[in-house]
Amino acid sequence: MEKVIHRKLGKNILHLGLIILLAFTTSLSAQEGDPAKGKALFNANCAACHQLDKKMTGPALRHVEQRLSDDQGLDRDWIYAWIRNSAGVIKSGDAYANKVYNEYAGAAMTAFPQLSDDDLNNILAYTAEEKAAPVAAVASTESTTAKSSEGGISNELILGALAILFILLAVGLYVVNKTLRRFALAQNIELTEATQRTPLWKAFVKNQFLMLVTAIFFLLASAYFAFGYFMQIGIDQGYEPVQPIHYSHRIHAGDNGIDCKYCHSSARVSKTSGIPSLNVCMNCHKSIYEVAPETLAEGKAIGVDYNAEIQKLYAAVGWDDAEQKYTGDSQPVKWVRIHNLPDFVYFNHSQHVSVAGVECQTCHGPVEEMEVMYQHAPLTMGWCIECHRTTNVNVEDNAYYTKIHEELSKKYGVDKLTAAQMGGLECGKCHY
Amino acid sequence: MKSLIKILVVAVVFVSVSCKKDSAPNYQFMPNMYESEGYETYGEAAFPNGLEAQLPAEGSVARGYIPFDIDNTTAGYELAKTTLVSTLDSTQVDLDRGKALYDIYCGICHGNKGDGQGKLVKREKILGIPSYDDAGRAITVGSIYHTIYYGKNAMGSYANQLNEEERWQVVAYVLKLKSDLEK
Repeated sequence: MEKVIHRKLGKNILHLGLIILLAFTTSLSAQEGDPAKGKALFNANCAACHQLDKKMTGPALRHVEQRLSDDQGLDRDWIYAWIRNSAGVIKSGDAYANKVYNEYAGAAMTAFPQLSDDDLNNILAYTAEEKAAPVAAVASTESTTAKSSEGGISNELILGALAILFILLAVGLYVVNKTLRRFALAQNIELTEATQRTPLWKAFVKNQFLMLVTAIFFLLASAYFAFGYFMQIGIDQGYEPVQPIHYSHRIHAGDNGIDCKYCHSSARVSKTSGIPSLNVCMNCHKSIYEVAPETLAEGKAIGVDYNAEIQKLYAAVGWDDAEQKYTGDSQPVKWVRIHNLPDFVYFNHSQHVSVAGVECQTCHGPVEEMEVMYQHAPLTMGWCIECHRTTNVNVEDNAYYTKIHEELSKKYGVDKLTAAQMGGLECGKCHY
Repeated sequence: MKSLIKILVVAVVFVSVSCKKDSAPNYQFMPNMYESEGYETYGEAAFPNGLEAQLPAEGSVARGYIPFDIDNTTAGYELAKTTLVSTLDSTQVDLDRGKALYDIYCGICHGNKGDGQGKLVKREKILGIPSYDDAGRAITVGSIYHTIYYGKNAMGSYANQLNEEERWQVVAYVLKLKSDLEK
């Protein structure tokens, strides 16, 4: 009997607990919203101008509800009204609304009439969350360092083991040799000693024919190397200077897939491909003030602090990240030019990029994989000519030149014209 | 003795070849034929700030440049939104070019469909990019042009990457994306 009562009692308590828990959670979600859903909504709608802990176009929003009710006595209804139509709230003469509007230099907040009460509750729940300690970043860097050091240890171990093995073998051989000699001595077997002969090099020097052949060989070899040395003068293939700001093409063009012409926009329309002015960097880096923890760890592994490089950009362009405005105190970045044709050569980017439609990678190599930019092609005349001889020109859908293309095709007896056949080898095209 | 000299020659050549460092430019045969006498693009020059790349003199107007009268303010944005119209007529609109330019300059954030899901957004580098059919923004021809010209909030100006005609081509393409999204 007692046992049964006891069991029932336990069950009852469990039920009661469940009910309380259920009631608590439902009431929680009714008032507080779901931070996870709120995060998605926040990232989709608010994050263009707001961050939780950092002033951007708009103010930082962590604990915004708490702060508004504590400092200004504004309740959630005011927030609803503000988000759905901030211009309306300002126009109604609300004191705090006008203060914020003026504080942010009249940047008007977009109206979000499509967000329901639930959506807004979810977003507010997300902003009310405590700041998470940067555990993940630390853990990830730790794990990577551990990994790399592990690799070093295992390599050293293997090398050490091999060295010990080698020493053991050498000692073994020596011991075997010694014992064999002792046996031979004990059994009176005569050991043949190496007879004294003229050393090889003396015989070599005395042989005049061999000396002649060697001399010719050395002469030819030095001529070969001298020729090789003189031919590479003036060619900067592989030139990889250290730039004032470590800019990783791998991250920008590779991982993030930003088109080359986004930054080098004048390659479409001008002779020079253009070094982007810093305002182009700021198109994205106004929002991206630090890199993701994984990217930072990647950079640390190769000895680069990407966040420090972004700060260098801010210093050069004169951007005050805390105040989110330009200080006007800027200085030019002295980028080191890599691809540089001699003064006696004319090269036009737009002719190749826009007219011919040549991919940037054809000449500049796998830039999207380059952590540090280097010169991929030799940029010699032979290299230019080679490409002009082998590249077929796309002459389709170019009605203006149809006749001349047909005539040229007939003249050369080919279906497809190469750049060379269209005059791409004429001296005056590039040298004048 | 003879061969010793030859060995030395070879060694010297080897050493001088291996001296070439990748962080410094190579030697040139005749530098004064390689180095330009005139100022090179983005080079150093004898101007007060030492740069070849100078801003145009104050008050100068480039040939063919048409000034944009609307201000970079919220009021200017509203004005452009309601009054500004494209300078291209229907025969000048080239959606293929508009798409090519859009994919280069806008698609990276706004997404190639204009839904605010560009690669940078998907990789969570830049957040909060609105879709073009966003009701609260209700973009128009004029507001798109104003935004490209001056930038808006976290978005920068694209006036230096796209010229006036290209901007209008992009505007036309954005409107096409918007109508596609609203279908």
